[in-house]
Amino acid sequence: MIDHVANRCIQLIAKSKNLEPETITLDTTFDSLNIDSLDKINLSFEVEEAFAIVIPDDALGSLKTVGDVVRGVEKLLQDAPAPPPTVN
Amino acid sequence: MHRVVVTGLGCVTPIGSSIDEFRSALFSGTSGIAPFPPFAEAPGPTQGLRFTQSAAIPSFDPDQHLASGVIAATNRTAQLAIVAARQAAQQAQLLQHHAPGDIAILLGCSTGGRSSEETETARLYTRDARVHPLTVIRTMASAGASYVSIDLGVTGPVLNLSTACASATHAIGMAFHMVRSGMVQAAIAGGHEAPLTFGFLRAWDSMRVVSPTQCRPFSADRDGMTLGEGAAMLTLETLASAQARNAPIFAEIVGFGMSADATHITQPNPTGAATAIRKALADASLEPAQIDYINAHGTGTLANDSVEAAAIHQVFGDRAPHIPVTSTKSLHGHSIGASGALEALATILALHHHQLPATAGVTTLDPSLNLDVVLGHARPATPKFAISNSLAFGGLNAVLAFRAT
Repeated sequence: MIDHVANRCIQLIAKSKNLEPETITLDTTFDSLNIDSLDKINLSFEVEEAFAIVIPDDALGSLKTVGDVVRGVEKLLQDAPAPPPTVN
Repeated sequence: MHRVVVTGLGCVTPIGSSIDEFRSALFSGTSGIAPFPPFAEAPGPTQGLRFTQSAAIPSFDPDQHLASGVIAATNRTAQLAIVAARQAAQQAQLLQHHAPGDIAILLGCSTGGRSSEETETARLYTRDARVHPLTVIRTMASAGASYVSIDLGVTGPVLNLSTACASATHAIGMAFHMVRSGMVQAAIAGGHEAPLTFGFLRAWDSMRVVSPTQCRPFSADRDGMTLGEGAAMLTLETLASAQARNAPIFAEIVGFGMSADATHITQPNPTGAATAIRKALADASLEPAQIDYINAHGTGTLANDSVEAAAIHQVFGDRAPHIPVTSTKSLHGHSIGASGALEALATILALHHHQLPATAGVTTLDPSLNLDVVLGHARPATPKFAISNSLAFGGLNAVLAFRAT
């Protein structure tokens, strides 16, 4: 089941690459979306803003798929419960 | 030394986002100056501005031209630059005929990604908000030159020049010298600027040089400049290369002169401007008597237009009152670092189409200037040699000389 975190992450990724969210799944790789290092930094900022979290520097390099992002966000939210996510 | 010609033109401006549109507005006298909507970011109950008009490009939609990743990473000024440079490169078929490493890109941009900087700084200073990670690359003044090189795949020398209101003229002039010397075979040269931000307009307002009505250069009742945005680009290459491949030739660049007043940061000095004009003529091996058209810096401020007229009189003597002069700033506004490129484009089109654009907005010509300012309608003429002046804050002067082809 795709939950709220996954939905929001997919929305942010889709928006940043000008894609339809329906074309992105948890298994979609960053490589297949042409997400480069600058895109990753940009995207991590958007994700941090959306979930009021801070992604550690060393976590960025290991992110290869959309699912990696979702699992990372869920873990950060569990470790440090944050205020409700902001919605555009 | 090679002869250098212009084989491609491009623009995104308040009077047109193609060369055809720009030319049509230029010769019909259709101004791009219009009232701007209120800035939502104004913190007080009023806008705090003495003026209400600017020369903007509300129709420019980056989504029509650029990939989403490029849009996210760039400020409006770089976006304007990319689109204008594509036009100039495509018209000249630049990359089809020159190796990427043999091409230079020299652009003028004075203020960089001003709107990106203001947005982030306002959020940081007032809300302790985090700064967007793309802020550095959005705001660096050289981003436009870099992105044009990336977009076109040009790998030769790529530079941004920042000399306030003379930036693009310096860029075109230095590119001209690089092609003439053989350092590169071709160049994209021009300028871009997107300075119409709330903070920047307020800063200009505080200087009291912006017209509370509308820019009308050389008018007896002139009361200041009107700020604008835009980009214009030229493709330069050697005459031999253009002729060898039957490229379109719009004009020849024959000279470039520059000088510094070294007197005052805002008050221009006629001797400094006159020196730049003389140096451009000397660079072109021209006598003052050979110049038959002048595209003036012509900002519409009291100081600029008087000083520029004095400089023209210093250089051209008895002929000064008889040389047609146009300021096109009352059409496209003063786009700071880009303005020299828009005016070089206007000068080239005047030479190429045998028409001298009129200076829009003039009510009564200032008789003390004693110049033949083109008024009313575009004037049919066949000038052979023309100059385009840029006289910047800080006393930095740059003048290009062109020959009709």
